[in-house]
Amino acid sequence: MSFFHPEHELHVRRRSRNLGMLGVLFGLVVVIFGLTMVKVRLEGESVGRGAPAQVQVESGASK
Amino acid sequence: MVEVSSYEYPDEAQFGDYCALLKPRVMSLVVFTALAGLLVAPVAVHPMVGFASILFIAIGAGASGALNMWWDADIDAVMRRTARRPVPAGKVAPREAMAIGATLSVMAVVMLGLAANFVAAGLLAFTIFFYAVIYTMWLKRWTPQNIVIGGAAGAFPPMIGWAVATGSVSIESVLMFALIFIWTPPHFWALALFMNDDYSKAGIPMLTVTHGRRTTRNHILAYTVLLFAVAVGLGFTSVGGIVYTTLAVVLSLWFLKGAVAIWRRDEAAAEADNYKVERGVFRFSILYLFLLFGALMLEAALRPYALGGWG
Repeated sequence: MSFFHPEHELHVRRRSRNLGMLGVLFGLVVVIFGLTMVKVRLEGESVGRGAPAQVQVESGASK
Repeated sequence: MVEVSSYEYPDEAQFGDYCALLKPRVMSLVVFTALAGLLVAPVAVHPMVGFASILFIAIGAGASGALNMWWDADIDAVMRRTARRPVPAGKVAPREAMAIGATLSVMAVVMLGLAANFVAAGLLAFTIFFYAVIYTMWLKRWTPQNIVIGGAAGAFPPMIGWAVATGSVSIESVLMFALIFIWTPPHFWALALFMNDDYSKAGIPMLTVTHGRRTTRNHILAYTVLLFAVAVGLGFTSVGGIVYTTLAVVLSLWFLKGAVAIWRRDEAAAEADNYKVERGVFRFSILYLFLLFGALMLEAALRPYALGGWG
Protein backbone atom coordinates (compact mmCIF):
# COMPACT_ATOMS: atom_id res chain seq x y z
CA MET A 1 0.00 0.00 0.00
CA SER A 2 1.40 3.38 -0.92
CA PHE A 3 0.53 6.71 0.69
CA PHE A 4 1.31 8.68 -2.47
CA HIS A 5 0.25 6.40 -5.29
CA PRO A 6 -2.77 4.18 -5.71
CA GLU A 7 -1.94 0.52 -5.57
CA HIS A 8 -1.34 -1.33 -8.77
CA GLU A 9 -4.09 -3.74 -9.63
CA LEU A 10 -1.62 -6.63 -9.46
CA HIS A 11 -0.79 -5.84 -5.82
CA VAL A 12 -4.44 -5.88 -4.89
CA ARG A 13 -5.05 -9.08 -6.77
CA ARG A 14 -2.12 -10.89 -5.26
CA ARG A 15 -2.37 -9.49 -1.73
CA SER A 16 -3.37 -12.78 -0.07
CA ARG A 17 -0.63 -14.63 -1.89
CA ASN A 18 2.03 -12.08 -0.99
CA LEU A 19 0.99 -11.80 2.65
CA GLY A 20 0.86 -15.58 2.89
CA MET A 21 4.36 -15.89 1.47
CA LEU A 22 5.59 -13.21 3.86
CA GLY A 23 4.15 -15.18 6.77
CA VAL A 24 5.69 -18.45 5.54
CA LEU A 25 9.13 -16.92 5.01
CA PHE A 26 9.05 -15.11 8.35
CA GLY A 27 8.00 -18.34 10.08
CA LEU A 28 10.79 -20.24 8.38
CA VAL A 29 13.37 -17.66 9.48
CA VAL A 30 12.10 -17.87 13.07
CA VAL A 31 12.23 -21.70 13.03
CA ILE A 32 15.71 -21.86 11.52
CA PHE A 33 17.02 -19.17 13.88
CA GLY A 34 15.51 -20.92 16.91
CA LEU A 35 16.82 -24.28 15.75
CA THR A 36 20.31 -22.87 15.26
CA MET A 37 20.31 -21.34 18.76
CA VAL A 38 19.19 -24.63 20.31
CA LYS A 39 21.73 -26.66 18.31
CA VAL A 40 24.58 -24.35 19.28
CA ARG A 41 23.55 -24.50 22.96
CA LEU A 42 23.16 -28.29 22.95
CA GLU A 43 26.51 -28.65 21.20
CA GLY A 44 28.10 -26.36 23.79
CA GLU A 45 26.60 -28.37 26.65
CA SER A 46 27.85 -31.69 25.24
CA VAL A 47 31.35 -30.24 24.70
CA GLY A 48 31.23 -28.83 28.22
CA ARG A 49 30.39 -32.25 29.63
CA GLY A 50 33.16 -33.90 27.60
CA ALA A 51 35.89 -31.35 28.38
CA PRO A 52 36.94 -32.46 31.89
CA ALA A 53 37.39 -36.07 30.79
CA GLN A 54 39.58 -34.94 27.93
CA VAL A 55 41.73 -32.84 30.28
CA GLN A 56 42.17 -35.81 32.61
CA VAL A 57 43.29 -38.08 29.77
CA GLU A 58 45.73 -35.49 28.55
CA SER A 59 47.13 -34.79 32.00
CA GLY A 60 47.41 -38.54 32.65
CA ALA A 61 49.27 -39.06 29.40
CA SER A 62 51.80 -36.33 30.18
CA LYS A 63 52.82 -37.88 33.49
CA MET B 1 -6.00 9.37 -11.15
CA VAL B 2 -5.59 5.70 -11.91
CA GLU B 3 -8.58 3.58 -11.09
CA VAL B 4 -7.74 0.66 -8.85
CA SER B 5 -9.52 -2.52 -9.68
CA SER B 6 -9.96 -5.24 -7.07
CA TYR B 7 -11.02 -7.69 -9.73
CA GLU B 8 -9.58 -11.12 -9.16
CA TYR B 9 -8.91 -13.43 -12.03
CA PRO B 10 -11.04 -16.48 -11.41
CA ASP B 11 -8.26 -18.85 -12.41
CA GLU B 12 -5.35 -17.21 -10.60
CA ALA B 13 -4.01 -19.09 -7.60
CA GLN B 14 -4.43 -17.52 -4.19
CA PHE B 15 -2.44 -18.50 -1.12
CA GLY B 16 -5.10 -21.02 -0.14
CA ASP B 17 -4.69 -22.82 -3.46
CA TYR B 18 -0.99 -23.36 -2.76
CA CYS B 19 -1.90 -24.67 0.68
CA ALA B 20 -4.45 -27.04 -0.91
CA LEU B 21 -1.70 -28.25 -3.24
CA LEU B 22 0.08 -29.69 -0.19
CA LYS B 23 -2.95 -31.82 0.78
CA PRO B 24 -3.47 -30.40 4.29
CA ARG B 25 -5.78 -33.24 5.38
CA VAL B 26 -3.15 -35.86 4.58
CA MET B 27 -0.57 -33.61 6.26
CA SER B 28 -2.60 -33.56 9.47
CA LEU B 29 -2.50 -37.37 9.65
CA VAL B 30 1.23 -37.32 8.90
CA VAL B 31 1.88 -34.72 11.60
CA PHE B 32 -0.16 -36.66 14.12
CA THR B 33 1.45 -40.05 13.51
CA ALA B 34 4.99 -38.61 13.21
CA LEU B 35 4.45 -36.75 16.48
CA ALA B 36 3.30 -40.01 18.07
CA GLY B 37 6.46 -41.78 16.84
CA LEU B 38 8.57 -38.94 18.23
CA LEU B 39 6.86 -38.75 21.63
CA VAL B 40 6.69 -42.47 22.39
CA ALA B 41 10.39 -42.97 21.61
CA PRO B 42 12.56 -43.65 24.67
CA VAL B 43 14.90 -40.71 23.92
CA ALA B 44 13.85 -37.18 24.85
CA VAL B 45 14.15 -34.55 22.14
CA HIS B 46 14.48 -30.80 22.70
CA PRO B 47 11.05 -29.24 21.99
CA MET B 48 12.48 -26.90 19.34
CA VAL B 49 14.24 -29.78 17.53
CA GLY B 50 11.04 -31.84 17.79
CA PHE B 51 8.87 -28.99 16.47
CA ALA B 52 11.20 -28.27 13.56
CA SER B 53 11.47 -31.98 12.71
CA ILE B 54 7.69 -32.43 12.63
CA LEU B 55 7.43 -29.28 10.50
CA PHE B 56 9.93 -30.60 7.96
CA ILE B 57 8.24 -34.02 7.90
CA ALA B 58 4.94 -32.22 7.21
CA ILE B 59 6.55 -30.14 4.45
CA GLY B 60 7.97 -33.34 2.93
CA ALA B 61 4.51 -34.93 3.01
CA GLY B 62 3.02 -31.81 1.43
CA ALA B 63 5.70 -31.81 -1.25
CA SER B 64 4.89 -35.39 -2.21
CA GLY B 65 1.22 -34.36 -2.33
CA ALA B 66 2.09 -31.57 -4.78
CA LEU B 67 4.05 -34.02 -6.96
CA ASN B 68 1.07 -36.37 -6.84
CA MET B 69 -1.27 -33.58 -8.00
CA TRP B 70 1.12 -32.67 -10.81
CA TRP B 71 1.29 -36.23 -12.13
CA ASP B 72 -2.36 -37.14 -11.55
CA ALA B 73 -3.93 -33.92 -12.90
CA ASP B 74 -5.60 -35.84 -15.75
CA ILE B 75 -7.35 -38.39 -13.55
CA ASP B 76 -8.09 -35.85 -10.79
CA ALA B 77 -10.04 -33.84 -13.36
CA VAL B 78 -12.29 -36.82 -14.09
CA MET B 79 -13.08 -37.78 -10.50
CA ARG B 80 -15.77 -35.85 -8.63
CA ARG B 81 -13.85 -36.07 -5.34
CA THR B 82 -10.69 -34.51 -6.79
CA ALA B 83 -11.91 -32.30 -9.67
CA ARG B 84 -11.69 -29.13 -7.54
CA ARG B 85 -8.03 -29.60 -6.64
CA PRO B 86 -5.84 -26.62 -7.66
CA VAL B 87 -4.24 -28.25 -10.73
CA PRO B 88 -7.35 -29.75 -12.42
CA ALA B 89 -9.29 -26.59 -11.48
CA GLY B 90 -6.76 -24.55 -13.47
CA LYS B 91 -5.59 -22.48 -10.49
CA VAL B 92 -2.03 -23.82 -10.41
CA ALA B 93 -0.15 -24.84 -13.56
CA PRO B 94 1.07 -28.48 -13.56
CA ARG B 95 4.71 -27.42 -14.00
CA GLU B 96 4.37 -24.99 -11.12
CA ALA B 97 3.03 -27.82 -8.93
CA MET B 98 5.97 -29.98 -9.98
CA ALA B 99 8.48 -27.22 -9.19
CA ILE B 100 6.93 -26.57 -5.78
CA GLY B 101 6.86 -30.30 -5.00
CA ALA B 102 10.47 -30.90 -6.04
CA THR B 103 11.83 -27.81 -4.26
CA LEU B 104 9.98 -28.47 -1.03
CA SER B 105 11.03 -32.16 -1.13
CA VAL B 106 14.73 -31.30 -1.26
CA MET B 107 14.35 -28.57 1.34
CA ALA B 108 12.43 -30.81 3.75
CA VAL B 109 14.95 -33.67 3.50
CA VAL B 110 18.03 -31.47 3.92
CA MET B 111 16.50 -29.48 6.77
CA LEU B 112 15.36 -32.64 8.59
CA GLY B 113 18.89 -34.02 8.25
CA LEU B 114 20.33 -30.85 9.78
CA ALA B 115 17.63 -30.49 12.45
CA ALA B 116 17.57 -34.12 13.58
CA ASN B 117 19.73 -36.74 11.88
CA PHE B 118 20.30 -38.28 8.47
CA VAL B 119 18.57 -41.58 9.30
CA ALA B 120 15.30 -39.66 9.67
CA ALA B 121 16.12 -37.57 6.58
CA GLY B 122 16.87 -40.73 4.57
CA LEU B 123 13.54 -42.24 5.61
CA LEU B 124 11.74 -39.02 4.63
CA ALA B 125 13.50 -38.99 1.24
CA PHE B 126 12.50 -42.61 0.67
CA THR B 127 8.89 -41.85 1.69
CA ILE B 128 8.65 -38.97 -0.80
CA PHE B 129 10.20 -41.12 -3.53
CA PHE B 130 7.89 -44.03 -2.69
CA TYR B 131 4.73 -41.88 -2.77
CA ALA B 132 5.60 -39.75 -5.79
CA VAL B 133 7.33 -42.34 -7.98
CA ILE B 134 6.50 -45.89 -6.85
CA TYR B 135 2.85 -45.22 -5.94
CA THR B 136 1.76 -42.22 -8.04
CA MET B 137 3.70 -42.80 -11.25
CA TRP B 138 3.76 -46.56 -11.27
CA LEU B 139 1.45 -48.61 -9.03
CA LYS B 140 -1.66 -46.42 -8.98
CA ARG B 141 -2.50 -46.89 -12.65
CA TRP B 142 -1.08 -50.38 -13.00
CA THR B 143 -2.22 -52.77 -10.30
CA PRO B 144 -5.30 -53.27 -8.09
CA GLN B 145 -2.84 -53.76 -5.23
CA ASN B 146 -1.95 -50.03 -5.59
CA ILE B 147 -3.45 -49.18 -2.21
CA VAL B 148 -1.75 -52.11 -0.47
CA ILE B 149 1.81 -51.36 -1.59
CA GLY B 150 1.32 -47.60 -1.89
CA GLY B 151 0.02 -47.54 1.67
CA ALA B 152 3.62 -47.89 2.80
CA ALA B 153 4.19 -44.22 1.97
CA GLY B 154 1.57 -43.15 4.48
CA ALA B 155 2.90 -45.59 7.04
CA PHE B 156 6.42 -44.17 7.30
CA PRO B 157 5.77 -40.98 9.37
CA PRO B 158 5.76 -42.63 12.85
CA MET B 159 8.94 -44.44 11.86
CA ILE B 160 10.50 -41.10 10.85
CA GLY B 161 9.34 -39.52 14.11
CA TRP B 162 10.93 -42.40 16.04
CA ALA B 163 14.15 -42.02 14.02
CA VAL B 164 14.24 -38.28 14.83
CA ALA B 165 14.46 -39.17 18.52
CA THR B 166 16.55 -42.35 18.43
CA GLY B 167 18.45 -42.11 15.15
CA SER B 168 17.48 -45.70 14.42
CA VAL B 169 14.72 -48.13 13.45
CA SER B 170 13.40 -50.69 15.94
CA ILE B 171 10.63 -53.24 16.41
CA GLU B 172 8.33 -50.59 17.92
CA SER B 173 8.67 -48.27 14.93
CA VAL B 174 8.29 -51.19 12.51
CA LEU B 175 5.04 -52.19 14.24
CA MET B 176 3.75 -48.60 14.14
CA PHE B 177 4.56 -48.65 10.43
CA ALA B 178 2.75 -52.00 10.09
CA LEU B 179 -0.30 -50.64 11.90
CA ILE B 180 -0.85 -47.90 9.29
CA PHE B 181 0.27 -50.16 6.44
CA ILE B 182 -2.33 -52.84 7.26
CA TRP B 183 -4.98 -50.23 8.14
CA THR B 184 -4.73 -48.49 4.75
CA PRO B 185 -6.33 -51.17 2.49
CA PRO B 186 -9.58 -51.68 4.45
CA HIS B 187 -9.82 -47.90 4.91
CA PHE B 188 -9.53 -47.13 1.18
CA TRP B 189 -11.45 -50.17 -0.01
CA ALA B 190 -14.39 -49.17 2.20
CA LEU B 191 -14.23 -45.78 0.43
CA ALA B 192 -13.89 -47.45 -2.98
CA LEU B 193 -17.04 -49.50 -2.38
CA PHE B 194 -19.21 -46.39 -2.36
CA MET B 195 -17.03 -44.28 -4.71
CA ASN B 196 -16.52 -47.02 -7.29
CA ASP B 197 -17.96 -45.01 -10.18
CA ASP B 198 -15.34 -42.29 -9.71
CA TYR B 199 -12.44 -44.76 -9.89
CA SER B 200 -13.84 -46.67 -12.84
CA LYS B 201 -14.50 -43.39 -14.74
CA ALA B 202 -10.86 -42.37 -14.19
CA GLY B 203 -9.59 -45.82 -15.21
CA ILE B 204 -7.82 -46.44 -11.91
CA PRO B 205 -7.53 -50.20 -11.35
CA MET B 206 -8.95 -50.24 -7.84
CA LEU B 207 -9.84 -53.68 -6.56
CA THR B 208 -13.55 -52.79 -6.84
CA VAL B 209 -13.04 -52.04 -10.55
CA THR B 210 -10.82 -54.98 -11.52
CA HIS B 211 -12.13 -57.78 -9.26
CA GLY B 212 -15.56 -56.51 -8.24
CA ARG B 213 -17.12 -55.61 -4.95
CA ARG B 214 -17.47 -59.18 -3.65
CA THR B 215 -13.71 -59.73 -3.77
CA THR B 216 -13.15 -56.30 -2.19
CA ARG B 217 -15.47 -57.20 0.69
CA ASN B 218 -13.48 -60.43 1.26
CA HIS B 219 -10.19 -58.49 1.22
CA ILE B 220 -11.48 -55.92 3.71
CA LEU B 221 -12.30 -58.71 6.16
CA ALA B 222 -8.92 -60.44 5.69
CA TYR B 223 -6.94 -57.23 6.26
CA THR B 224 -9.05 -56.29 9.29
CA VAL B 225 -8.21 -59.66 10.92
CA LEU B 226 -4.53 -58.95 10.24
CA LEU B 227 -4.96 -55.43 11.62
CA PHE B 228 -6.31 -56.86 14.88
CA ALA B 229 -3.12 -58.90 15.34
CA VAL B 230 -0.79 -55.98 14.56
CA ALA B 231 -2.68 -53.44 16.67
CA VAL B 232 -2.80 -55.72 19.71
CA GLY B 233 0.78 -56.94 19.15
CA LEU B 234 2.06 -53.34 19.34
CA GLY B 235 0.58 -53.17 22.82
CA PHE B 236 3.09 -55.74 24.11
CA THR B 237 6.17 -53.80 23.05
CA SER B 238 7.91 -51.10 25.12
CA VAL B 239 5.57 -48.37 23.79
CA GLY B 240 2.38 -50.25 24.74
CA GLY B 241 0.62 -50.72 28.05
CA ILE B 242 -2.72 -51.53 29.63
CA VAL B 243 -4.51 -48.43 28.31
CA TYR B 244 -3.34 -48.88 24.72
CA THR B 245 -3.83 -52.65 24.62
CA THR B 246 -7.36 -52.48 26.07
CA LEU B 247 -8.29 -49.79 23.57
CA ALA B 248 -6.64 -51.72 20.72
CA VAL B 249 -8.67 -54.85 21.56
CA VAL B 250 -11.98 -52.97 21.86
CA LEU B 251 -11.52 -50.80 18.77
CA SER B 252 -10.16 -53.65 16.64
CA LEU B 253 -13.11 -55.85 17.60
CA TRP B 254 -15.43 -52.99 16.63
CA PHE B 255 -13.59 -52.57 13.32
CA LEU B 256 -13.82 -56.34 12.80
CA LYS B 257 -17.56 -56.23 13.48
CA GLY B 258 -17.90 -53.59 10.74
CA ALA B 259 -15.74 -55.62 8.34
CA VAL B 260 -17.90 -58.71 8.96
CA ALA B 261 -21.02 -56.63 8.29
CA ILE B 262 -19.47 -55.43 5.00
CA TRP B 263 -18.48 -59.01 4.11
CA ARG B 264 -22.00 -60.35 4.76
CA ARG B 265 -23.73 -57.76 2.60
CA ASP B 266 -24.46 -58.07 -1.07
CA GLU B 267 -24.78 -55.25 -3.57
CA ALA B 268 -28.57 -55.12 -3.43
CA ALA B 269 -28.52 -54.56 0.33
CA ALA B 270 -25.71 -51.99 0.06
CA GLU B 271 -27.45 -50.02 -2.67
CA ALA B 272 -30.73 -50.14 -0.80
CA ASP B 273 -29.33 -48.10 2.09
CA ASN B 274 -26.79 -46.14 -0.01
CA TYR B 275 -23.77 -47.99 1.43
CA LYS B 276 -24.55 -46.99 4.99
CA VAL B 277 -22.40 -49.71 6.56
CA GLU B 278 -19.44 -49.07 4.22
CA ARG B 279 -19.60 -45.32 4.91
CA GLY B 280 -19.77 -46.03 8.64
CA VAL B 281 -16.70 -48.32 8.54
CA PHE B 282 -14.78 -45.73 6.48
CA ARG B 283 -15.52 -43.00 9.02
CA PHE B 284 -14.74 -45.29 11.95
CA SER B 285 -11.41 -46.33 10.43
CA ILE B 286 -10.18 -42.70 10.65
CA LEU B 287 -11.24 -42.47 14.29
CA TYR B 288 -9.61 -45.87 14.94
CA LEU B 289 -6.17 -44.72 13.86
CA PHE B 290 -6.36 -41.40 15.72
CA LEU B 291 -7.47 -43.12 18.93
CA LEU B 292 -4.76 -45.81 18.78
CA PHE B 293 -1.93 -43.34 18.21
CA GLY B 294 -3.51 -41.06 20.82
CA ALA B 295 -3.43 -43.97 23.28
CA LEU B 296 0.26 -44.59 22.52
CA MET B 297 0.99 -40.94 23.34
CA LEU B 298 -1.08 -41.22 26.52
CA GLU B 299 1.00 -44.24 27.58
CA ALA B 300 4.17 -42.19 27.02
CA ALA B 301 2.73 -39.26 28.98
CA LEU B 302 1.79 -41.52 31.92
CA ARG B 303 5.14 -43.33 32.02
CA PRO B 304 7.00 -40.69 34.12
CA TYR B 305 4.33 -41.16 36.81
CA ALA B 306 4.78 -44.96 36.74
CA LEU B 307 1.24 -45.28 35.33
CA GLY B 308 1.98 -46.05 31.69
CA GLY B 309 3.39 -49.21 30.15
CA TRP B 310 3.16 -52.59 31.83
CA GLY B 311 4.57 -51.37 35.17
